[in-house]
Amino acid sequence: MNTVSLNRTPLNLVFAFLGGALLLFIIAPIAGLYLNAPLSSWTETVADKSVQDSIWLSLWTSMAGTLLFSLLAIPLAYILARKKFRFKSLINGLIDVPIIIPHSAAGIAVLGVISRDSVLGQAADLVGLKLVGNPSGIILAMAFVSIPFLINAARDGFCAVPERLEKIALSLGASPVRVFFTISLPLASRSIVSGLIMMWARGMSEFGAVVIVAYNPQTAPVMIFERFTSFGLKYSLPAAAIFVAVSLLIFIILRVISKK
Amino acid sequence: MLIVENISLMVEDFSLNNINLSIEKGDYFVLLGLSGVGKSLLLETIAGLRTPSEGNIFLRGKLLNSIPIQNRQISIVYQDLVLFPHLNVYENIAYPLKAMHAGDIEEKVIAAATQTGIADKMERMPASLSGGEAQRAALARSIAAGSDIFLLDEPLSSIDLKSKNELRILLRNLNRSGITIVHVTHDYEEAISLATKIGIMENGKLVHVDTTEEIFEHPKSEFVAHFIGIKNFLRGRITKQTDSDLKIFVSEKIEIFCLSELDEGNVFLMIDPKEISISNTVLEGSIRNHFKGRIKDIAPARLGLVVTVDIGVDFAVHVSKDAFYSLGMNVGKDVWINFKASSCKVYN
Repeated sequence: MNTVSLNRTPLNLVFAFLGGALLLFIIAPIAGLYLNAPLSSWTETVADKSVQDSIWLSLWTSMAGTLLFSLLAIPLAYILARKKFRFKSLINGLIDVPIIIPHSAAGIAVLGVISRDSVLGQAADLVGLKLVGNPSGIILAMAFVSIPFLINAARDGFCAVPERLEKIALSLGASPVRVFFTISLPLASRSIVSGLIMMWARGMSEFGAVVIVAYNPQTAPVMIFERFTSFGLKYSLPAAAIFVAVSLLIFIILRVISKK
Repeated sequence: MLIVENISLMVEDFSLNNINLSIEKGDYFVLLGLSGVGKSLLLETIAGLRTPSEGNIFLRGKLLNSIPIQNRQISIVYQDLVLFPHLNVYENIAYPLKAMHAGDIEEKVIAAATQTGIADKMERMPASLSGGEAQRAALARSIAAGSDIFLLDEPLSSIDLKSKNELRILLRNLNRSGITIVHVTHDYEEAISLATKIGIMENGKLVHVDTTEEIFEHPKSEFVAHFIGIKNFLRGRITKQTDSDLKIFVSEKIEIFCLSELDEGNVFLMIDPKEISISNTVLEGSIRNHFKGRIKDIAPARLGLVVTVDIGVDFAVHVSKDAFYSLGMNVGKDVWINFKASSCKVYN
């Protein structure tokens, strides 16, 4: 009997072509970064202390924001996955707001909350903590725009854990806290880790919100922007290429580890 | 040991209504009913995983609400997803012991696993176990938890026949060792094989609770009647007549004369297909019940044939092949069915 090879249907060929074009659209600009940056400028840029500092600042502030806010996001995600309550869909919608608003507007919104005139800003001042123009402000701005990635992934992860397993654990003498830490959290961990990576990656690459809250100290995206506006494309290319390489490397390593 | 008192509970568009139940220590109680009648819901309510809107549950003399779930010593075993998928068999069995900060965990885990015959698979992950093995591990975990009441939700439904028989033996042995078992199933053979007491559930209500023998000898619900092959089972109301010893059974679509000691009230009526005759015309004589209908189906029986006649409700009639051919019966033919008032069995 003759069978039709699905691989060679016209539909699949068209889809493969369209998909290939899209992949090219993603890959080509990134590849261009490396092809257009002269090799000599790479070593110079890598050795540049300000480049190193800004990349390191981006990495650690985003990581700190992710870890700090995960303490709030994971419990919220669990409640959203397990409990039924009024205005739940409103809250689910609210969580996505930071994704849909312009990030410069997000930055202004965050600045409004942490500026010296605000309650939070004044409270921080009292304990000697400066928020605007400081890594703490950068952490808040990054977390604001990237937290939806963690909450949504964690909520989906908890939803996928059968409630039945939690019930069994309760009936076996485990307290609700123990059930959360020994059953719900480990079983949702893959989604949560994936959300953490996405939040970290998204926070690290944030420009719009961060530049409004803290132009200095400069995170990598702000430093790249400044080099571009002050010295042009030629000077900004190597810095951008190095930052993308570092980000991709860490992103790939974390993805591989999380899938094991 | 376990008293369920007037429990009502509403979950979305389904409700449990006024459930009353008393389970003694050492009982093997089977909750029998079709899918979706509320058996699992009742089981979870007993386990304390759902809060009833009305009524009380008393466990060992104490109101259940006053005891935190983790201190109730009731463990629940479901049909599937019985084990924690990220823990191996040993860790699953040890789970309740760790939760209760027990001593000698390894010793207790091995003892429980040996009792249920899963001790040779301690390192295995749940995904690599068969349905029967997973149930054994889950039962071992309940034993390790020190529960003296096991709530089993269709525990034998998704396993092969051989394992099913072995697990039935294990469940009987656990029950003999003093563990009270409440077992939910839709399989009446499972109920007969295991139960000391059976509760029949229909549409969120517990309609009949009795010993296994009584349930199956004198069925009081359509569900049980269908299970044990009783056909011509009707629900209705019986009323007496002033000028006759015959009572009239009235259901939605039919009125039947019957002989019964019962005078008034809601009843179940059964007529053995062998007690009914088919004729082409009305039979004169002592027979009180005659109904005209149309043959709807003809099916071979172990002896003879079972003819289904639609007289407003379907009636099964057992006839010989000889009678079948001599009366020229076929599907669609109009016939009369006849049966005596004394052939009707009436139960309240």
